[in-house]
Amino acid sequence: MKTYEQINHRIESGKAVVLTADEIMDYVDKKGLHAAAEEVDVVTTATFGPMCSSGCFLNFGHSKPKIRMSEAWIADVLVYTGLAAVDVYLGCTQLRHGDPANMYPPGEFRYGGGHVIEDLVAGKKLQLFALSYGTDCYPLREIRTYFTIKDLNQAIMVNPRNCYQNYNVAINRSDHTIYTYMGKLEPRQKNANYCSAGQLSPLLNDPYYDTIGVGTRVWLAGAQGHVYAEGTQHAGGVARTPEGVPMGGAGTLALTADMKQMRKEFVRGVSFIGYGVSLALGIGIPIPILNEEVLKRACVRDRDILAPVVDYGTDYPQNTGKVIGHVNYEQLRSGRIEVDGRMVEVGSLSSYYKALEIANLLADEIRKGDFLLAAPISPLGRDAKMKPLVKREPPR
Amino acid sequence: MKDQTVTKKLMFYFPRCECDKPIIYHLVKDHHLIVNVFRAKVTPEEEGYLVLDVTGTEEEIQDGIDFVKTFNVTVNYSGKGVIRDEELCSHCGYCVPYCPPKALKIESGSTRKIAYDESKCIECLACIRICPFNACTSAF
Repeated sequence: MKTYEQINHRIESGKAVVLTADEIMDYVDKKGLHAAAEEVDVVTTATFGPMCSSGCFLNFGHSKPKIRMSEAWIADVLVYTGLAAVDVYLGCTQLRHGDPANMYPPGEFRYGGGHVIEDLVAGKKLQLFALSYGTDCYPLREIRTYFTIKDLNQAIMVNPRNCYQNYNVAINRSDHTIYTYMGKLEPRQKNANYCSAGQLSPLLNDPYYDTIGVGTRVWLAGAQGHVYAEGTQHAGGVARTPEGVPMGGAGTLALTADMKQMRKEFVRGVSFIGYGVSLALGIGIPIPILNEEVLKRACVRDRDILAPVVDYGTDYPQNTGKVIGHVNYEQLRSGRIEVDGRMVEVGSLSSYYKALEIANLLADEIRKGDFLLAAPISPLGRDAKMKPLVKREPPR
Repeated sequence: MKDQTVTKKLMFYFPRCECDKPIIYHLVKDHHLIVNVFRAKVTPEEEGYLVLDVTGTEEEIQDGIDFVKTFNVTVNYSGKGVIRDEELCSHCGYCVPYCPPKALKIESGSTRKIAYDESKCIECLACIRICPFNACTSAF
């Protein structure tokens, strides 16, 4: 048994024993659970992949004369201005003004909010264009100027939903090619795509949210941030394996961190042909090895994690809830899974390579004493179910 | 060993005035090369690009290249039709199933790093259309 304080003390004195979630299983097999739980202080987990519920609040400071922005665009991407005068929220799936979207399908979706966020973090100069209706206190009606992230008072990433605990394997049983946020899916189950770091993924290593909760310090694209709430669509009350690993989506995290501290290689705008734009993010979360139970759960292996195979040709868009079957991440990583007795080629939208890099970077920061752990101030719910949107008749 | 046949992937760039010359025909007829063209394009400026495999002995291939160079054609010795930017690639592996000749593949099982073997690329351009990170581009 260890406490957060004891672990942080060891981190500060440069003595913490830190392993990645990729290394810990073999270590525990060799040392035994009891000895390893005494010895290891932290296991680092990580993920890198598209996370569509991401964005940032920006504060521009005041122009002379002042403006209360009522509509604004950064690099021609619309931002939300329903806030105080020069605060905006930039969402990563917002398309650039004039993008033809899917008018000539499949659209290319070359630039959008995710790309603006990448360019901001990369220090590029971007255009701000804002309009206003003008007031006595904010007389300016229009401004066009150029800025970098350094010019902003604040650039705070605030992501309502990151780190989905587990995710669907997308397949297409229809007779035509479809373009989805899970990639291009060929007809008649010709290929499939998955999107999870599996055994490295944060919430798969802490399936019951014993250590990851509101207040947990996280590594968000190189910056130190934290979990500020449960993520949107967080639904811990899903079917689980006997070991407690969710067999579908389940938990999510709402994360925030200072974008000025981020590293550009972990904040990447993405374009999905025929679907739209998003943001791929790198996230690392440390798991404090408080006891044997926590360590045991952090030893989850790809073969123990099941993902639901879902038909994005019909069942996903029509929200039937139907699952074709389950496959494990060891099978997914082999590049081929069996569906209906046939072998199907599989690709990944989540980068294990980058996740591994992040888990190692975070482990190094902890070993050097640069990253301390924060105990959650409130836990994430384990029981909530996902509610649908009901189409109701207008009230009389 | 001298007579052993090898296959080399080449890219030719034809400046404006050379597009009307039957260069490939002469590579086959006079230099005894087996030619497999993957992709060719003539631009509105009448410049030409050609990515191909040539098979023959080292000597025959060198003679063929020397012949091609007499036309002011630029020869690249590796297929540079499709360029993968290692820095832009996130190594997610999404492209792998869409690459017919497996020129893009998972290099290492443990780190799952993606490798690109351009000599295997058949220039289908599938990766360019689907890569979410825009890591693959075409030279022409």
